[in-house]
Amino acid sequence: MRCLALFFSVVAFSVNAQTLRIGLAEDPDILDPSMARTFVGRIVFAGLCDKLFDLDEKLGIVPQLATGYEWSKDNKSLVIKLRSGVTFHDGEKMDAAAVKYNLERHKNMKGSNRRGELAVVSSVDVVDAATVRINLAAPFAPLLAVLTDRSGMMVSPKAAEAAGDKLGAKPVCSGPFRFVERVAQDRIVLERFPAYWNKGQIHFERIVYQPIVDATVRLANLRSGQLDFIERLAPSDVPQLRGDSRFKIAKIVEIGYQGITINVGKSDIAQKNPLGKDARVREAFELSLDRDAIVKVAMDGEAQAGNQWVAPSNRYYGKSAPIPKRNVERAKQLLKEAGVPNPSFTLMTPTTSDAQRIAQVVQAMAKDAGFDVRIQATEFATSLNLADKGQFEAYVLAWSGRADPDGNLHTMLACKGPTNYAGYCKEDVEKLIDESRTSLDPARRAAAYDKIAAQVAKDRPIVYLYHRNWLWAHNAKLTGLRTVPDGMVRVQGLKMN
Amino acid sequence: MAKYLLRRLAQIIPTLFFVSVLIFGLQQLLPGDPAIALAGEERDPETIRYLREKFHLDEPLPVRYWHWASGVLKGDLGDSVRIQKPVSELILEKLPVTIQLAAMAMLIALAIGIAAGIVSAVKKDTWLDYVANVFALWGLSTPNFWLGILLILLFAVQLGWLPASGYVSPFEDLKANLSAMLMPAFVLGNAIAAVLMRHTRSAMLQVLSSDYVRTARAKGLDERVVVLKHALRNALIPIITLGALEFGTLLSGAVLTEQVFSIPGFGKLIVDAVFNRDYLVVQGVVLFTATVYITLNLLADLAYFLVNPRMRT
Repeated sequence: MRCLALFFSVVAFSVNAQTLRIGLAEDPDILDPSMARTFVGRIVFAGLCDKLFDLDEKLGIVPQLATGYEWSKDNKSLVIKLRSGVTFHDGEKMDAAAVKYNLERHKNMKGSNRRGELAVVSSVDVVDAATVRINLAAPFAPLLAVLTDRSGMMVSPKAAEAAGDKLGAKPVCSGPFRFVERVAQDRIVLERFPAYWNKGQIHFERIVYQPIVDATVRLANLRSGQLDFIERLAPSDVPQLRGDSRFKIAKIVEIGYQGITINVGKSDIAQKNPLGKDARVREAFELSLDRDAIVKVAMDGEAQAGNQWVAPSNRYYGKSAPIPKRNVERAKQLLKEAGVPNPSFTLMTPTTSDAQRIAQVVQAMAKDAGFDVRIQATEFATSLNLADKGQFEAYVLAWSGRADPDGNLHTMLACKGPTNYAGYCKEDVEKLIDESRTSLDPARRAAAYDKIAAQVAKDRPIVYLYHRNWLWAHNAKLTGLRTVPDGMVRVQGLKMN
Repeated sequence: MAKYLLRRLAQIIPTLFFVSVLIFGLQQLLPGDPAIALAGEERDPETIRYLREKFHLDEPLPVRYWHWASGVLKGDLGDSVRIQKPVSELILEKLPVTIQLAAMAMLIALAIGIAAGIVSAVKKDTWLDYVANVFALWGLSTPNFWLGILLILLFAVQLGWLPASGYVSPFEDLKANLSAMLMPAFVLGNAIAAVLMRHTRSAMLQVLSSDYVRTARAKGLDERVVVLKHALRNALIPIITLGALEFGTLLSGAVLTEQVFSIPGFGKLIVDAVFNRDYLVVQGVVLFTATVYITLNLLADLAYFLVNPRMRT
């Protein structure tokens, strides 16, 4: 009898061990790489859709569906060699024609969110079945990094043609797991793709992604054994989990940032308040802030203080603009010089708890220098709309980040950047941004970023505050997790011991 | 009866029309541009233009209302922009979940609320009455999310008796379904139980002091028969109305409970849709909920006929 019980428990464990249950912080949006918009959707794509390139732990670009690449002499075309023998989940070949189809789909499909990232791509040529050439209107250094994200994901052309803009309901890619079912707001189920090119690295039969919005409930599910892995552990939960040997915590500094965007030219409001009008007032505001204290209070220490669009640990961090120390006396002096010893402004903040905490800490700190900060908590979609219309003075806004620094910079600070809510536009910065995009030489790019950082640090259209830690918690028996700064959960190598 | 039913059904049509106009109008008052909210972090201008065109966002309000209402009349509530599924399909997917949750919550509420209300009325001013009143006060004043998280920590994390959250279809695994729904149903039913208890108590007190109950007692009927057969039947009339109204509230009010327990039901559907400005989902779900509400009211009115013969004359 006892043997039978043991047998059943072993069988039950092995069945469980074949399914990896991941708790997500939100419900993903459309599972079509062309149309997808959310960060959390990318986590599911990591199990579902392979990309031409991937990122390693140090943000280096490594081949995935590609095996290698070569830039042309004028840097206006990129030749990519493809892995042979790769098939999509419907058995179709993943070859150069499929890559051409996908890049054109990303670029031309109505409603595609990849259009902007691939705007510089002028055409795609099939050189042979295993070689594709991407032609560009101008050299574009971030292209490889762009291809490590959704723009580099390939779907089956046959399935895409059949499904049209409904492919997201049943995506067909070439990743390690194929789509089984999705119950909105409940679960997304994937099963192992037997013909996966790298199947030796796959140790689960199924993955079930479960969106659980509340961090406490997500953690409760992990602790009660219903989940094996949760993403975005709340920083305040780290200490209690650290003492429990059944679980492990993994973390890495994100590629995104948290900051305060200041309206310096988006609308008339910029000229109506001293913060938007006078760079000295913005300098005083920044000097009133203690970033380390903000990190401690708002993030329970689970972030790295920063003052640029990339973290200080990033190789493109501009060293000539280090993080300024808090200096309330100097801040007061600057306000006096500007003729506004007690400036007041409204700080718009989304209603998320961390954004609200930031606003409260900033309000208290800035008060020491003489600022009167009024907090305006605004629901996120509404706040975006107000930001887009320039109806704000300062705005607590985070960016999830892109692998190439350009993805954290161009869209916010280039004159025509679609999310340039600050309304910042400077000719010399614009030229430097262009230079950083068109040069493939890392040293030249780093030099351009250094100059941009120095200028932006003076103008302060965005007061960058910190870079969060991606916090994951998982069953201690789960091994093989790779902590990559993009926050994705790569399933290759994950194993339950 | 048939004439009454027809008259009530005829009233539903203009009511639903006004409700649909109201839903559409209120949705327009939501701040924020749906196209910007839906265009993701990149907010590519071309994509924003496409979304505006696709959802007729640049057209005048009456035209937009017509696009939506004409679809609704044909049974097409549109597609969710966020997950590319027809709204009607989403409603059909989520409805059984919330109905089950609401039904279980209502069963728990009725069992606790009516029993506690009767005991409290029959044993007025005794310790049983005080305990029932304290319970009612506790039920009314306990926030759902707080109680939910406490129960999760106790029954899922500490004791490991029940799953922390999630949903399993009863057709897949009935036992797993019931164990997943027990905590949320209790949390949701808790506040309703308190309301029902208070109403049952006051209705019973009123009925128990009426002449016919006194007569029944004078005839020497057993107290149990007096309370359960004679008094409770009359006292139940306002409780039925309240129950029907509260059931409607449960359907639309399961929002927090579904969020806390990650139950993919109506409440969660609508919250996510509002925050993501998935406005066809919001309109479809609210219209559907309003229809359910109106229908439940109609059913409650009809139930009077069945319970109380005096009303048929």
